[in-house]
Amino acid sequence: MSKNWPLWEVFVRSKNGLEHRHFGSLHAADAEMALENARDVYTRRNEGVSIWVVESKNITASNPENNGEMFEPAQDKIYRHPTFYDLPDEVKHM
Amino acid sequence: MNNNLYKYILGIADNSLILGQRLGELCGHGPSLETDIACTNISLDLFGQVRSYYQYAAKITGNGKSEDDIAMLRKEREYVNVLLVEQPNTDFAYTIGRQFLFDVYHLLFLNELQKSNDLMLSAIAVKSIKEVSYHQRFSSDWVKRLGDGTAESHQKMQDAIDGLWTYTDELFHQTDADKIIVSEGIGVDVTNLKETYYSKVSELLQEATLKTPESKWFQKGGKEGIHTEHLGYLLSDLQYMQRTYPNMEW
Repeated sequence: MSKNWPLWEVFVRSKNGLEHRHFGSLHAADAEMALENARDVYTRRNEGVSIWVVESKNITASNPENNGEMFEPAQDKIYRHPTFYDLPDEVKHM
Repeated sequence: MNNNLYKYILGIADNSLILGQRLGELCGHGPSLETDIACTNISLDLFGQVRSYYQYAAKITGNGKSEDDIAMLRKEREYVNVLLVEQPNTDFAYTIGRQFLFDVYHLLFLNELQKSNDLMLSAIAVKSIKEVSYHQRFSSDWVKRLGDGTAESHQKMQDAIDGLWTYTDELFHQTDADKIIVSEGIGVDVTNLKETYYSKVSELLQEATLKTPESKWFQKGGKEGIHTEHLGYLLSDLQYMQRTYPNMEW
């Protein structure tokens, strides 16, 4: 049955205030079923307060073959991290 | 001991126990991973509700019986579930059809039971309503999908509804004990739910492009302990561990 069903990606918000995080994927015939399946597969142990599902084909992903040009140029640009400031002791949680 | 109340509680709990066992049979055998988990989740919800009912029933007996004794060690004729819930998982359409036909009843029933003047039954009903609302949503959605799906799924869903229809009327029968408990303001007068039940069911079947069966010939007997041939096999599975290793615990 599920061989003919499209694949969906499931995002779950664990607590109010936190962002939705990718939990995994599953098969479902339509969006409503994907939500119900996600509820049963991923939140049966009280893992979430909100679920998003999106059909996997709608996600545009970067190609791992292009990782060189996509990500490596950022590796030697440490000045893009704000680590060159002297922070006063009073500033916490930075 | 209030024997009528004891019988009344078993009448509620046995439905959920037997249906839960049927759904549990699908654990590892569901048509897909997702539906497998969904069916066993529903099964566990029902078993959770059943424990509360049997614990209460055990307390009422006052003879040291435990919830397990009541759930696991009665004979076939002592189970008073409706015939609908013991029907086998013939195919997925039957599993869904049985669930749908029971869920619509179950939710109407719990909505009334929460008004019971028995605080324990009322509390169990309040807690169960959220779970059962989801069960009904799940089974209704599937009836619609299969009914309004392919020609094959439509036919299978219609066959299941036609095959199970004969067991629906019994949901609204009352035993003598039921009548007494209703008159005491504890029980739900299920005869009042019948009209709403059939109109809700017909409405959804129509939405699912399915025909509401016209047959007026209905099976009965479960509430008096007279069951279809399927229950004995189910019980031999359910009771195997307790009968082979008496008093075993996890």
